[in-house]
Amino acid sequence: MSTVTVPVDAEGFLLHSSDWTPELATEIARENGIDELTERRWLVINFMRDRYLSTGTAPTIRSLGKESGVPVKELYELFPKGPAKLAAKIGGIPKPKGCI
Amino acid sequence: MAKRLVILGGGTGGTLLANRLRRRLDEDELHIAVVDRDDRHVYQPGLLFVPFGLADPAEIVRPRRRQLRRGIDFIRQEVESISLDGQRVALGDGSSLEYDVLVVATGSRLAPDETEGLLGPGWNESVFTFYDLDGAAALRDALAQFDGGRLVVDIVDMPIKCPVAPIEFTFLADWYLRERGIRERTTLTLATPLDGCFTKPIASRHLTHLLAEKEIEVAVEFSAGEVDGTGGKLTSFDGREVPFDLLVAVPLHSGAACVDRSPGLGDALGFVPTDPHTLQATAARNVFAIGDATDLPTSKAGSVAHFEGEVLSENVERFLRGRDLVSRFDGHANCFVETGFHKALLIDFDYEHEPMPGRFGPLPLLRESRVNHLAKLAFQSVYWHALLPARPLPLPTRRVAA
Repeated sequence: MSTVTVPVDAEGFLLHSSDWTPELATEIARENGIDELTERRWLVINFMRDRYLSTGTAPTIRSLGKESGVPVKELYELFPKGPAKLAAKIGGIPKPKGCI
Repeated sequence: MAKRLVILGGGTGGTLLANRLRRRLDEDELHIAVVDRDDRHVYQPGLLFVPFGLADPAEIVRPRRRQLRRGIDFIRQEVESISLDGQRVALGDGSSLEYDVLVVATGSRLAPDETEGLLGPGWNESVFTFYDLDGAAALRDALAQFDGGRLVVDIVDMPIKCPVAPIEFTFLADWYLRERGIRERTTLTLATPLDGCFTKPIASRHLTHLLAEKEIEVAVEFSAGEVDGTGGKLTSFDGREVPFDLLVAVPLHSGAACVDRSPGLGDALGFVPTDPHTLQATAARNVFAIGDATDLPTSKAGSVAHFEGEVLSENVERFLRGRDLVSRFDGHANCFVETGFHKALLIDFDYEHEPMPGRFGPLPLLRESRVNHLAKLAFQSVYWHALLPARPLPLPTRRVAA
């Protein structure tokens, strides 16, 4: 297995979303206590990533629940604690800014 | 022939914009119509005071129509939907209004039904909100009967109107319970989905200090998933539980239902994607938005609608005359934060700048003072007599450098 080093911020979010690869996602997931990226998890990660790359902002948990097709309750099962934050980290995009 | 401006919503943003434009442009140049489903304009900052008997519900409501200058039509109708291509608004009675320019000022709507159990058994018995007039009045009666126990204030999720209001509620509850001599047998908890008590780090630190001083517990990163009114239990999506005897919930907020019913206008939550500096909606060139109805990353607050009104009235005029829009709105917000015991602090911020200590005219920023409390009380009169009718305000309009 090859080792790559990519720059991250203090909380472990990739500094450059272009550094991201699916292999890296699996690695970040493992570091954060998620052993397997199931199909449902990939659905959420890809949704987050596509949304960020097309609009420049990551969706909040509530719009994620409305738009991704995965209800909020299940999002918490897939990504315990903070689904939007964790899915963003695994998807290689910046931490979602909370609304103001 | 006069162009036709239709403003949806006769709340803070819609009213002050209509009045500003009526002052700028003659009736033979611009016809202005404001549409709202009812004729009750609520001074929303007053809702915070109702539960503590510090404001009477009747005192904070006035007819919408009467806040509009002469030469503005008020149409009392439900808005069914907006056709962006047809430049037409369909109304509840089956009629329709054509427009040259449309301003969406439909605010936000409480969505308690989106949280499991919130409207279930216990609603308006042990579970309340003060975010509407009836709820605030019901909570006043429940607080009067309250004899100690666990009082929990919960923000279900952002965005919400006036993000400081839940914190102010806990400060006032602390004062109220001490006055009644039952504070020592009450625990006060603020549960919030944020990682601190407020959205902006510096103000959050100041407010956290005040909360600790007043012995108010804060449960952070608490994303409420379910309310059990009869069992007195609030459960987060990640399984944490907060027991309560009295729950004051700030429900989820959505945009207006008519935005949802209008293809292409709103986002998933019903808010209108809007240019942060020109206030033009992304949906169409001749559509603009103001106030809580937008998706902008600033507070949903009356002060924001006021500052937006300055830019938007200019941009509507520029649009009508075929000129370039100005990109001047900077997200400016300021909020008085009532801290109890006849004191308040004031915060002032925009897209780029966090609230900082300093002064705003005669008022100290980020510091508790009596003068801020008096200013907050005096503001109700300023609201009806200067802010809505678009007369000069006795305060600076630009953000002040700290």
